[in-house]
Amino acid sequence: MIQFQSHTISNGLKVIVHEDASTPLVNVNILYKVGARDEDSSRTGFAHLFEHLMFGGSVNIADFDGPLQVAGGDNNAFTNNDITNYYETLPATNIETAFWLESDRMLSLAFTDKSLEVQRSVVIEEFKQRYLNQPYGDVWLLLRPLAYKVHPYQWATIGKEISHIENATMEDVKSFFFRYYCPDNAIMTVAGNVKASEVFELAEKWFGEIKRNIAPRAQYPKEPEQTEARSLTVERDIPFDAIYKAYHCCSRLDPEFYAVDLLTDILSRGKSSRLYNSLLKQKKLFTEINAYHTADFDQSLLVVEGKLVKGVSMEQAEAGIQEEIQKIVNETVSDEELQKVKNKVESTMEFSEMDLSSRSLNLAFAEYMGNANLVNTEINLYQKVSKADIQNQARKIFRNENCSTLYYLAQKKK
Amino acid sequence: MNLTLDRTIQPDLVEIGAVTIQEAKLSKLDNGIPVYYINSGFQELIKIELLFMNESFNASNPLLHSAANRMLSDGTAKYTAQQLADGVDYYGAFYETEENADYCTVNLYTLTKHLESTLPFLREMVTKAVFPESELGVYKQNNKQRLIVENEKVGSIARRKFNNILFGDVHPYGYFTTPDDFDKLDRTVLQAYHSKHYISDNCTIIVSGKVNDGTLSLINKYLGDAGWKGDSKSVSALPAMNYVGDKTQFIEKEGAVQSAIRIGRRLFNRNHPDYPGMAVLNTVLGGYFGSRLMSNIREDKGYTYGIGSALVSMKQEGYFFISTEVGADVTTPALTEIYKEIEILKNELVEEEELAMVRNYMRGTFIKGIESAFHLADRFRSIHIHGLGYDYYQNYLEKVRTIEPEEIRLLANKYLNSSEFYELVVGRK
Repeated sequence: MIQFQSHTISNGLKVIVHEDASTPLVNVNILYKVGARDEDSSRTGFAHLFEHLMFGGSVNIADFDGPLQVAGGDNNAFTNNDITNYYETLPATNIETAFWLESDRMLSLAFTDKSLEVQRSVVIEEFKQRYLNQPYGDVWLLLRPLAYKVHPYQWATIGKEISHIENATMEDVKSFFFRYYCPDNAIMTVAGNVKASEVFELAEKWFGEIKRNIAPRAQYPKEPEQTEARSLTVERDIPFDAIYKAYHCCSRLDPEFYAVDLLTDILSRGKSSRLYNSLLKQKKLFTEINAYHTADFDQSLLVVEGKLVKGVSMEQAEAGIQEEIQKIVNETVSDEELQKVKNKVESTMEFSEMDLSSRSLNLAFAEYMGNANLVNTEINLYQKVSKADIQNQARKIFRNENCSTLYYLAQKKK
Repeated sequence: MNLTLDRTIQPDLVEIGAVTIQEAKLSKLDNGIPVYYINSGFQELIKIELLFMNESFNASNPLLHSAANRMLSDGTAKYTAQQLADGVDYYGAFYETEENADYCTVNLYTLTKHLESTLPFLREMVTKAVFPESELGVYKQNNKQRLIVENEKVGSIARRKFNNILFGDVHPYGYFTTPDDFDKLDRTVLQAYHSKHYISDNCTIIVSGKVNDGTLSLINKYLGDAGWKGDSKSVSALPAMNYVGDKTQFIEKEGAVQSAIRIGRRLFNRNHPDYPGMAVLNTVLGGYFGSRLMSNIREDKGYTYGIGSALVSMKQEGYFFISTEVGADVTTPALTEIYKEIEILKNELVEEEELAMVRNYMRGTFIKGIESAFHLADRFRSIHIHGLGYDYYQNYLEKVRTIEPEEIRLLANKYLNSSEFYELVVGRK
């Protein structure tokens, strides 16, 4: 059970406090409700590039990291399709430094040319390191546009291509900032050795004067229902073939999410799971096999992916996956299997609450989903899932016409 | 509008005071296994770590330790691999292993309410593993393929090859695994190794989380009997490290868009009196986001997504290294800048302002590193492996608090001489 108190300050900034007197630390987490899905299709990768620029100095403070390190703190940030999240962890006695830094960069950035120029290069190196210079690194650059034709999830957070990052201008940066980085588009959580009433006062003191600004947002384009199977075959300089099957499924916010999550757990969570035992251990078709849900805020993907054992044909491998899929579509799962994955969810949640920073992020994320108390109540939604719910989701999702398949083949050596 | 708010000035700071570390307590099982335990935290969960020191290393069968440890869960006379996995998973518990050149660990994480249901499986795996032939076949095939994929990554090649350059082929710290090594694994040899090695006399247990007398007596019930005693062979000495290779090595990777760089040298481990001072020096150079390498090579030049340096402390020795992946076209200028930063540390005193930042950052990070019961267990293991006590951490914190710029410069001149560095580039120049 995570206790918390919440309060919205005068300009619409939501502040949630979790008091924990057992730690000398505090974690300050700010979630901005902006991600890659908010980008223009000709300027992709922008939300993530922007995250880097948030460390390049703000209107009154030249350097973000230095003062935080002097205060004994450190920080990080991440961007995904739906959100951009920033956090600091530091000794609770120095909490005000985090408020000072975060409020100044919400007020306005320094917008220096040097910062834009350098971070463009850094992000391009990140693009190379993670997506181009790794075997199988470009899979999501290929799979997203195959599965999504209309919705902005068709591009990866890093962006469609390097040129979009190269072409980012200061004007783009400014308009993005003033559109999305405002108090009424953010959720702040503060967790640790603090008193809620003091945190609310500090929030008003440092953030209160920042003007609310968020403009009404257009609906994201809805991905039309897929009506026929899609596939793409590529050859790359990699040692072993791989297959990726992406099916459309519900969003993280839908009530069916919990059944879908448990469905993927039954298929592939851990060494007792179905795909691992059947396809990797018994049939020896794959060296790695996984099924998971992308858990996005709009319609998401359920992905089954595997790397093939050398010598196994793509037809054999795909037939193996299909057989397991047919099985879970046609036969209800056992009571033990369902109880097992529910138990796993329960303990995973308990373990994740050990770290202050995860408690803080989980609260912010739940609040954005609609209710911070979901951190405490979601377990009940998992417990309610029945065997029939799992089978219904399997039937709904695992249809060939709902699937995009990427055949990722090892190039024939000349 | 708050007119008194001056946003250009940092709010007052409170210096981090004395740090108290909750120490592990010692208990013994009936068969003599030492149990170090840390009772901390509110969550009803527990981690049990069984630690086995590795014995002799034989370069003709280099994967024996790691394969034996990782295959403990692949079947016993009574249970198949899947039944063992079910036994742990059903209760929402997690079973994990860790292998390195000094020791292997077997870990069970569980809600306390399921401890009694899951401990029997832990016992079964550790003491009754049989390494079935069919499982061994899958293990070899899959790990071999994984390694072949790893060999496509410049960062992964650089990491493993660099250790090889420093410590050589006959030493476990330096052995460079090849895909063919998996073929050398043999069931009979694994079984022989298991029966000699996974015995109570070679086991240390570290327990953390919600620990009480009931927990300890349950552990004693399932692991404290005389049924898995054995000859306690003294750990054979590791072979000498005498490898001297070329100081500068380059491995070309066709088509690479980035090059991986590693620069460094063999160095002492935590047991050496200069280790805490070197930890401060390392932080200044490349140990945190505000470090000189990061500020110069990422935040000023934009050559890389990340660069860092580290001290690694193993049981017998240690090493210091700088590591990064940079755009292939800027490999040479990146190398120049790295050496330039090292020279500056040798020639110029660190400014008091920068040093103050490093001191506070290191103390803050230390406090984060003792945040939970599991963190405390890791801190205990780090000193235990080296035969050190908790005073090591107090000495370390004291050095962080008091080290002078002159001492940092002396340490740089003593240990960061380019004539003693090895340099490896994997990619394109």
